[in-house]
Amino acid sequence: MPSGAGDRATGIAMGETALNQVLRGDALIAAIKRAGIRFIVALPDRTTSEHLLKPLLADPQMRVVQVCKEDEGISICAGLYAAGQRSLLLMQHTGLLDSVNAMRGIAVEGRNPVCMMVGLLNKEPGIAPADSKSYGVRVVEPVLDALGIAHHLIERPGDVERIAPAVEDAYARSAPVVMLIGTEPL
Amino acid sequence: MAMKRDQCLKVLARHRTDEVVVAVYTAAQEWTHISASDLNYTFIGAMGQGSSHALGIALGRPDRRVVILDGDGSLLMNLGTLVTIANAAPKNLVHCLCRNGTYETNGAVATPGGDIVSFTGFARDAGYRRTCTFDRLEDWDREAGGLLREEGPIFVELRVEPGDHYPEDFARLYDLEYRERFRRALALS
Repeated sequence: MPSGAGDRATGIAMGETALNQVLRGDALIAAIKRAGIRFIVALPDRTTSEHLLKPLLADPQMRVVQVCKEDEGISICAGLYAAGQRSLLLMQHTGLLDSVNAMRGIAVEGRNPVCMMVGLLNKEPGIAPADSKSYGVRVVEPVLDALGIAHHLIERPGDVERIAPAVEDAYARSAPVVMLIGTEPL
Repeated sequence: MAMKRDQCLKVLARHRTDEVVVAVYTAAQEWTHISASDLNYTFIGAMGQGSSHALGIALGRPDRRVVILDGDGSLLMNLGTLVTIANAAPKNLVHCLCRNGTYETNGAVATPGGDIVSFTGFARDAGYRRTCTFDRLEDWDREAGGLLREEGPIFVELRVEPGDHYPEDFARLYDLEYRERFRRALALS
């Protein structure tokens, strides 16, 4: 076998392996759809805008409601729940921290199953949020714990399988849930 | 000139048929007495969020008319909602603003901006299909029925002042049993 072909074959194999090890936006979208969600409420998040929000905006199966502030989004999700619809709020962790009172009053005390997917801007790949050098990233999980809100870290491809059950659990318990996106999906 | 708020709400109640009505703070306290219905939604839970809840309901049930009874203090806390609503463009949403110039529930302190702020200007420039202001009961009574049927989103400023006193009952406004009744009533309608 010519050496070039062997190199190409090796390259393809390595490429497929690398691809299997990254979080993919299309896998996230498939999981969101499996969870029965057709309404997305969103502000742009630097971690997920390119390969999650932009494809969702172009997806004819999804209705994306763009909001000006994250607490609006929590309320819109509550209204959609009252109307019998499932929804998902996309935002950056800065927006989540800005929305603590809305999560307290609407999601937790109001027993609304607000499902949130939150990009951890500046979190280092492979590093746990608690060990991040970013203060903003480090405080997210303790804040959610203090609020009593369930959360899941979605960083490796296999983590995607946790999304649909987490959403089901949120609606079964009438309680909010947060999926923390730990790395930029491709 | 301003209308007594409870009189203003009674006009709306007379024109109400099967609309969902989302209400906040003092308007909610009065509305639950004036127009009792399982299709009243008062479970707002955080500051300035009534119109956002109403938008969610309107988008989730485009076949139903949704009215939000907002307050000026509330709207000032969530002004971006005007842009969000106009951009989402729900045809079934009527956004009523009970403008009294104060944070009435929290001690009747004046709102910033006083009489200078143009909420109808904000709504119009955000992209609402129509905006209007009422400060006389007879004008409101004449137009209310038509506005409830008109294609939205519509913004209606109601210039109000306190009228008769109604008892405060925040426990009722946030009672989850009433929220579940609302969900069931809306699902069945």
